[in-house]
Amino acid sequence: MHMGMQSSRTGNTCVGKCFPAAVLGIVFLLLAVSQPAGALPAFARKYGLRCSACHESWPMLTYFGQKFKDNGYQLMNDKDAPIWQNPGYWPITLRMTPFWSRESTNKIAVDTGTGVAGLATTGFNLSGLDILTGGTLEKNISFLLVPSADETGAFHFESVNVRFDNLFHSPWLNVRVGKFELDSFISEKRTLTLSASGGGYQLFHFIPVSDGNIFGQLGDNQLGVEWMGHSFNDRTRLSAAVFSSTDGNVDVPYGQNSYSAFFAGSQAFSAGKLGVQRVGGYAMVGVAPTTYLTSVGVPIPGSGTANKSYSRIGFEGLFYLGPHLDFQVFTQHGSDDAWFGACYGDIITGTCDPANNPTVGGTLPAGARNPTWNGAFVETHFVWNPQFTIFQRSEWVRMSQQAFSVMPSNLGDIDNYVFGYRYNPFMTSRAGFAFHNEYSWIRQRGTAPDATDLSSNSIMLGFDFAF
Amino acid sequence: MKNLKQWKFRIAFGCLALGALCILPVSAQDAPDVGPHPAQPLKPMESHIGTVTGHAKGGKMDYRRYCAGCHGDLGDGNGENTPWLDPRPRDFTIATFKCRSTPTGTLPTDQDLFNTIGRGVTNSNMPVWNSFSDQQRADLVAYIKIFSPRWEKEKAGEPIKIPAEPPVTIESIAHGKALFTKLECWKCHGPEGKGDGPSAATLTDSKDQPIRPYDFSSGRDDSRFKCGSTNQDIYKIFMTGVDGTPMPSFADTIQPNDAWDLVHFLRTLQVHRHSKENDVLKAAGGKIPPYVEKPSEAPSQPSNGAAGGGK
Repeated sequence: MHMGMQSSRTGNTCVGKCFPAAVLGIVFLLLAVSQPAGALPAFARKYGLRCSACHESWPMLTYFGQKFKDNGYQLMNDKDAPIWQNPGYWPITLRMTPFWSRESTNKIAVDTGTGVAGLATTGFNLSGLDILTGGTLEKNISFLLVPSADETGAFHFESVNVRFDNLFHSPWLNVRVGKFELDSFISEKRTLTLSASGGGYQLFHFIPVSDGNIFGQLGDNQLGVEWMGHSFNDRTRLSAAVFSSTDGNVDVPYGQNSYSAFFAGSQAFSAGKLGVQRVGGYAMVGVAPTTYLTSVGVPIPGSGTANKSYSRIGFEGLFYLGPHLDFQVFTQHGSDDAWFGACYGDIITGTCDPANNPTVGGTLPAGARNPTWNGAFVETHFVWNPQFTIFQRSEWVRMSQQAFSVMPSNLGDIDNYVFGYRYNPFMTSRAGFAFHNEYSWIRQRGTAPDATDLSSNSIMLGFDFAF
Repeated sequence: MKNLKQWKFRIAFGCLALGALCILPVSAQDAPDVGPHPAQPLKPMESHIGTVTGHAKGGKMDYRRYCAGCHGDLGDGNGENTPWLDPRPRDFTIATFKCRSTPTGTLPTDQDLFNTIGRGVTNSNMPVWNSFSDQQRADLVAYIKIFSPRWEKEKAGEPIKIPAEPPVTIESIAHGKALFTKLECWKCHGPEGKGDGPSAATLTDSKDQPIRPYDFSSGRDDSRFKCGSTNQDIYKIFMTGVDGTPMPSFADTIQPNDAWDLVHFLRTLQVHRHSKENDVLKAAGGKIPPYVEKPSEAPSQPSNGAAGGGK
């Protein structure tokens, strides 16, 4: 559980009131949304490698770290199996970040004056806590277990999975089962950004205003099974996952039979002195329910039917311009079924009004269309040396078609900019410690209480540690 | 409104600047970095791998990122992990390298070092660094040369010539077994190649650290030797020795064909490995017949031009 993002999800049709309230709630509870990171000094201690071997700046992976992860947390040498470890070795890492921040929003709903006001709050705070445990149970059998708490100490299981790697001695046959991060090599779990307005990738969670599909968030860990394959040197990577359309929630709370799939592939190639470049693509497609049985008017979890479809596809690239500078590029074209666009779907958690629960075969509201959008971000890292990294990210999301033609064409469009630096005063194979300083700014069109643009910004100074 | 925006940006940059000031006292160097540094300016060492030219300057950051934790910031094998590593990391200041294509006592070629980085070293903590680009590896090869003056005074040895491998026969395996006994390989590696010979427990490397002989019997299909996995790699080990360890070079002791016979025999010690040698042995009933020396055989003489000798 780490710093959160400003969610782009909105509720039902109460665009002018509910959404800003929800957004602000998330801004001020900035750490409640999970973004667990995967830097494990426990691995460094096991193998005697500095954090910097696997992390460009932790938790962002180097190619070597990616390969280690793709091999099921193995270096593929004689030290992989736990039988070779000191019996006292426990693969546990704790990560948390005390920090000071200033959070500012231009418009929130208030009971005085014009009904809206700006608000800026400063103070000391805590991030959530990640308890990262992972490693090999036996050669080629590994696990990852990440209980995470928000800043109040409320726990959930962010990741729980078992991996079987190199089946039949082939790096192309690796399988994991459980709750896991989808296999995008640009990982939100490993982003360097931490602030409330810029900590996460908007595109990994984007949902149009008034949309009832919470299931297409590729940034959330999902419950399912995944096949992964890669070449011996990890230059070529492929994966396919099938998972329940529950957005990672346990106990199958939504559809009776609703599944989604995620496919990713990438190829790395050497560009001489520029370094190793990687390009790839991904596709997330699936169905999720729009109709539920009810009891005394309350929707019954797990009873959802009338599945409707959604999709997220895009390009991703990681480009190095020499040893110090790299760019991550990520694009997305997203589309939700018109039923979701009209806010049918998630009435279990209240995203949509329970009244939006048509009988199977019901009629779609007149004029409803598939909401579609396009987006991209470019994240840059200037690695002065393994201990000092300057970063920025610029992200844009643009609606190309709203669910209803009467909605403003730019409603929900997002601009998000982040920059900062991360400094590790020391770099060892025992623990991670970083001084983190970041500024972020986000604007979403038409979602303020008065239906104008809502913008927020964050400044944070924190001490990020992992042991 | 404009003033408000300006104020916000002033706050933002003010805080970032404040943060920067906070970390400046922590770092007295222009580029905040940890640990001792090699003498400045860096020696302009180079490496040449095919068409790729490596430069020490280009390898500096990768060395500190990936290598210094074990090999040390000064390349002396005294990284922070060294006390917990067995075997100990290579000490680049003495420029003695195990895996070479060059005769014993000489410097390895750039290609040898390049291969070692990409292959890793089995039975040690040295991982397979094949995620690096060729340029990265070449730069690292150049960088580790800054640690020893040998690289400025000496040239790399001439790679030994490896003759074509003769066919595997039960006779070659039998001869290899006889050589294994005659050359007293069993004293360290054990009669069954399990690394449990009578001398095994007493062995130390050139830095007086305990060292274990290779256990051939543990070999599986995907197993590797310290310096490679092919029959050519094993041949090379006989003829170049493993410098810095008790494993000598036999270049002055045995003929190339003798070395190949030894290779064939050693493969049969890897009883769990599928190999042509084990196929031949199986076809012969699973037992190696006694070797009968042919009357016409001349005493072994070195013939591959390798310098140095067995220890």
